[in-house]
Amino acid sequence: MRVALMATCLGDLIFPDVPRATVRLLDRLGVQVEFPMGQTCCGQPFVNTGYVDEALPAVRAYADAFSGFDAVVIPSGSCAGSVRHQHSLAARRSGDPALEAAVAAYAPKAYELSEFLVDVLGVTDVGASFPHTVAYHPTCHSLRMLGLGDRPRRLLEAVRGLELVDLPHALECCGFGGTFALKNADTSVAMGLDKARDVVASGAQVLVAGDSSCLMHIGGLLSRQHSTVRVMHLAEVLASGDGAGS
Amino acid sequence: MSARDDILAAVRAAVATAPEPPAVPRAYRGHPSPEGLVDLFLERVADYRATVMRCAPGDLLATVERALGRRRSVIVPRGLPIELPYATTDSGHTATELDRFDAVVTTAAVGIAQTGTLVLDHGPGQGRRALSLVPDRHVCLVRAGQVVSGVPEAIARLDPGRPQTWISGPSATSDIELSRVEGVHGPRTLIVVLVDGA
Amino acid sequence: MSATFLGMPPFPTAARTALANEQLRSNLRHATGTIRAKRAVVVAEVDDWEDLRTAGAAVKDAALRHLDEHLVVLEQALTARGATVHWARDAAEACAVVADVARAHGVDEVVKVKSMATQEIGLNEFLADRGIAAWETDLAELIVQLGGDLPSHILVPAIHRNRAEIRDIFRQRMGAAGRPAPVDLTDDPGDLAGAARLHLREKFLRARVAVSGANFAVADTGTLVVVESEGNGRMCLTLPEVLVTVVGIEKVVPTWSDLDVFFQLLPRSSTGERMNPYTSTWSGVTQGDGPQEVHVVLLDNGRTRALADPVGRQALRCIRCSACLNVCPVYERVGGHAYGSVYPGPIGAILNPLLRGVGSDPQTDSLPYASSLCGACLEVCPVKIDIPSVLVDLRRQVVDAHRRQRVPTPEATVMRAAAWAFGDARRLSLGERLAGLGAPASRWLGPLVPRWSSSRDMPTVPRESFRRWWRRERAEGGRS
Repeated sequence: MRVALMATCLGDLIFPDVPRATVRLLDRLGVQVEFPMGQTCCGQPFVNTGYVDEALPAVRAYADAFSGFDAVVIPSGSCAGSVRHQHSLAARRSGDPALEAAVAAYAPKAYELSEFLVDVLGVTDVGASFPHTVAYHPTCHSLRMLGLGDRPRRLLEAVRGLELVDLPHALECCGFGGTFALKNADTSVAMGLDKARDVVASGAQVLVAGDSSCLMHIGGLLSRQHSTVRVMHLAEVLASGDGAGS
Repeated sequence: MSARDDILAAVRAAVATAPEPPAVPRAYRGHPSPEGLVDLFLERVADYRATVMRCAPGDLLATVERALGRRRSVIVPRGLPIELPYATTDSGHTATELDRFDAVVTTAAVGIAQTGTLVLDHGPGQGRRALSLVPDRHVCLVRAGQVVSGVPEAIARLDPGRPQTWISGPSATSDIELSRVEGVHGPRTLIVVLVDGA
Repeated sequence: MSATFLGMPPFPTAARTALANEQLRSNLRHATGTIRAKRAVVVAEVDDWEDLRTAGAAVKDAALRHLDEHLVVLEQALTARGATVHWARDAAEACAVVADVARAHGVDEVVKVKSMATQEIGLNEFLADRGIAAWETDLAELIVQLGGDLPSHILVPAIHRNRAEIRDIFRQRMGAAGRPAPVDLTDDPGDLAGAARLHLREKFLRARVAVSGANFAVADTGTLVVVESEGNGRMCLTLPEVLVTVVGIEKVVPTWSDLDVFFQLLPRSSTGERMNPYTSTWSGVTQGDGPQEVHVVLLDNGRTRALADPVGRQALRCIRCSACLNVCPVYERVGGHAYGSVYPGPIGAILNPLLRGVGSDPQTDSLPYASSLCGACLEVCPVKIDIPSVLVDLRRQVVDAHRRQRVPTPEATVMRAAAWAFGDARRLSLGERLAGLGAPASRWLGPLVPRWSSSRDMPTVPRESFRRWWRRERAEGGRS
């Protein structure tokens, strides 16, 4: 099985620790992962803002970089959702049947990280240890667009030393929403402040989620409030420890 | 072109290339009736703060009298299966006249167990629609055999050619802070008398 | 006394004002939290809820696909039962029908059942300009009307008001409209409902003309349906001599038996009840029972425009339950007024642009962006309207409508530049070097920075991007 990593533009440029942790984790699980250098972005920021034509170069870059792989691991529910459910929109608009066919072929092979671990590799205990109190934020696209269900929770519950606490109103959106965070900044911040309050109320030391974008938003608010709660990507938690437990 | 022609033409143009939708899946129909249909009906009726009374056919008059308490200003439709000596029979009273009555007694066409609903189709014994609306107390008689399981069974049994009033509990509102309050414009007291074995 | 949505600013501006209102935020949080919990309980007790949703969507899709035929059948059935059918292309035509009927009967007042269609067409204002008072009889509509306020929710137009505010409105304003509120009126919801009962009863008893909408119009039997709670609907539909019902053409369902889906879906989704207290169904005129002169106005007002939109037409399935409002995190924080329409919340964010068209009015164009695309609305919609997908498609339409603009917007310029960069990884690497790693991310975001960083800290761009790390660590080590 040829497995590729899509780092996501945010992971590549702003949060490289996340794709690095993903590589470390997959190494530990014996998965040889490749990183096609031609990859850029999933295109979602364009599509979700209405710029479908502008998403096309990113979609083409994805098609060039990832067609032919058996699985593409994406440490982001949002980006995985974009590849699976939105690339077809841009491809159809392009009027290029070859691109449409390529999208139809690669879309089902895009996996969000927890899906890849649980569904493809069939593991929930990845041998991590992380002795901290953790709250998990499910993120909307993971929850509703991909229907990840309890996969991330099962992975976290198997981590040594990790105490998972309930996050009040966990299913509610944090207010990031891509360009929504800028175009409707006031509403976005109002939603985020409520989420940050719930995170603090949960008593967790660390907030974990599968999307760096939501974490950047919630973390930015927590940090402005000088909160001691840290935010971490699911991949970073799952890659922590020496793997001795597995 | 008339507004009618314009609208119909616009509709036709709008759907001309629309795909034909699949047949409507009706998996929700045809569930077997649950056990204890009448008990469920009464439980659900009571859940929405209607008063429930239950009697044998022979005790109907006495039960209705209890439901009315000391009220003697009572109006009834033609065709009611019991005779209340002090009641006035509707003869096309005006709304203002109806407003002077304390109570109304009617029958119903169907009872729905799952939702605790009475349906009146305003046939004999049920009266015209205003009758069961304006007086503040509505005593409604339902025979056990009129109770069906759910909404699909009720719809199948009812005649769309008749006006209908579906009643689930007394008049209520949730308009203030979304808290339910019983008693606005319709009858503030609803008493359902279930007649067994009929 | 009546307010208007005309001239409302675009959503982000209106939202900012609403967010500053602490009382509003707290009223909304309480009310939406209450209704969400109630809905969840009564939906959970229905085993075949998903089957019902699927059937509800399918019935509406089938009705819309052949709407022309169903409308003609509906018209025939209604006419055969003694109703007069009118067709209205737009708000002005529909309002004129109602005014003409009122004038023909020489009345200076009508009583009204709560109706979204008549709000949409601005009927009350139209009638007021012609000397006809339109009395709203739904409790929440009464609160809004007496308060000179605007509705902020489809089901509960006064959701933004708490009990104390309502008591003050009743005390101060009821007297000018008819029977005054009792002087010792408390803010107990039961007392407030009692005051409304007394105030409105004199209007019900004397009214000669009533105006309603309809939740459903059954084509094959000519049956109209009004779903309600308080009994004000029954009063209006039964007591007056004349009834005018304004029905959006998308309210049509093909057959009587199709109602068995919606009578299950609507109350549970809407008020969180197994069944609403009262549902009235009628067809034309019934001799000796209720209004003996019945008019039905079939209203387009943008619906055929929406119907022509291949992605957006599913919005016409909407049965106005408002479940999407109650679960929407945006609606919960800003309330309904910010949407600038009688249709607020997620459904309003798609329905208004679909009915009006995009590309000309900044307020309308701002609505598809009034969402974080979290998808909670789709999850609860009883007729499975994929609101997030329609929002995304409407955003595309907004952008496309401005593509031929001579001077592109700053946003479009940024997007085009980003599209160029993301088209080729080498350009991305070049951009990376130019922007400078190790700097705050603000270096890249330029003018957008204040919008982010007024309340949120900005991450620092790392010294080394992932792809550089990979090249250094992995690629040169011979693995890929």
